[in-house]
Amino acid sequence: MSFQHILFSIEDGVALLSLNRPEQLNSFNADMHLEVREALKQVRQSAQARVLLLTGEGRGFCAGQDLSDRNVAPGAERPDLGHSIEQFYNPLIRSLRDLPMPVICAVNGVAAGAGANIPLACDLVLAARSASFIQAFCRIGLIPDSGGTWLLPRLVGMARAKALTMLGERLSAEQAEQWGLIHRVVDDAELRDEALRLARHLAAQPTYGLALIKRSLNASFDNSFDQQLTLERDLQRLAGRSDDYREGVSAFMEKRTPTFKGC
Amino acid sequence: MPSNLVVQAPADGVRLITLHRPQALNALNTELLAELANELDAAAHDEHTRAVVITGNRKAFAAGADINEMAERDLVGILNDPRVAHWQRIAAFPKPLIAAVNGFALGGGCELVMCADIVIAGADARFGQPEINLGIIPGAGGTQRLLRAVGKPLAMQLVLTGETLDARHALQAGLISEMTQPELTVERALQVARSIAQKAPLAVRLAKEALLKAQDTDLASGLRFERHAFTLLAGTADRDEGIRAFQEKRPANFIGR
Repeated sequence: MSFQHILFSIEDGVALLSLNRPEQLNSFNADMHLEVREALKQVRQSAQARVLLLTGEGRGFCAGQDLSDRNVAPGAERPDLGHSIEQFYNPLIRSLRDLPMPVICAVNGVAAGAGANIPLACDLVLAARSASFIQAFCRIGLIPDSGGTWLLPRLVGMARAKALTMLGERLSAEQAEQWGLIHRVVDDAELRDEALRLARHLAAQPTYGLALIKRSLNASFDNSFDQQLTLERDLQRLAGRSDDYREGVSAFMEKRTPTFKGC
Repeated sequence: MPSNLVVQAPADGVRLITLHRPQALNALNTELLAELANELDAAAHDEHTRAVVITGNRKAFAAGADINEMAERDLVGILNDPRVAHWQRIAAFPKPLIAAVNGFALGGGCELVMCADIVIAGADARFGQPEINLGIIPGAGGTQRLLRAVGKPLAMQLVLTGETLDARHALQAGLISEMTQPELTVERALQVARSIAQKAPLAVRLAKEALLKAQDTDLASGLRFERHAFTLLAGTADRDEGIRAFQEKRPANFIGR
């Protein structure tokens, strides 16, 4: 499958997926959803990919749903948006969260609607200093989707989550960093390089272990403390059997740099 | 040697049967079902086997029956279907049967899960009876055991819509006994099997029978059976050994007598 609405490559362990409808601020239509889905499937099946880097082309990261796809003419039948959520957005969010590798998101510009919540489903979010996050849903009578109503209160607290989602105001990247919504702000000109540097660094790390860390942290909001302790036991059992753990310990004992393979 | 099963003895007293038709998501065709019934018969008669774990692969435990095979059968063919006897033999297996489920357990696969006594499922397991989508209904216990396992409203919803249930919901509903990490499903099931394999075999056997009685008799008959079974065990050497070991604070050494 050749892609028209995204750029996609796998190189040196890093899968790079860039949303590429810059004229429409990389907003989602059905075709772009299908291409992203196919790319994520390839990432999952690739023996090479150990890190995913998600970003956007042009001045925006992602403006959410392309509303020209969603024209509700007067007199027309009212749409079932739940269907499009079930068909496209929820599988995408689940896919990013379940991907057994670190997912880095480089928010290169405005991130609005679903586009503001997709980064939150990723593991490490960098944002360009000029980027911003807008929970635009409330402006057109909708609720935040793509996991926003679950993730936002957990990341920034209920009071800020409600203000963000009911006022729909622009949140600057710097404020987002201060609130703990994202990992780090980077100067615009350095975002791409910095994100790639981080991705390449992680791709040389024990990524199987990183995937297990991701799994345990993602589970923590759902679990009781006791359940989480049990999960830690189980995942540590798996981690302890990995080649990378053995290599990590040997390298430490032998005072050399470890070579990890991600298994 | 069965061609669609891998049979191993991973621990003392424990057999592990792995469904192996990966090209067909372990669809339970008649050949596979017959092999499984034969294998369970063999395990039933082998006095060294104390518990059996049955599993599939990471993607599918068993994703239904073989549709092509089903399509070829007409009314008379279904009336004389050899599968019925295979299913009966599987359901009648007298020793503890533990299902370790990853991925899809649909249709016949879900029915096989429900023939097991204990079900350990990976977090990504999915259960369902999608037969209705094909214009048929479950034919190997799906309408009966599912209702007993999860109650009427959910059983109706699953059987009438063909919707599937994820592991978390299956756990809530009582269809499975434990949810675990997908990579650890078989290991956990084997742990449970090992634990059972170390108990007094006669007690295990009668306990299983008594529990199953609860599903298909009234309470008074079930209690009567339980009391008879309880009394029966009073004459066994293992009961004396079990009680003495407890008093002497040491592990019991059961001999199956």
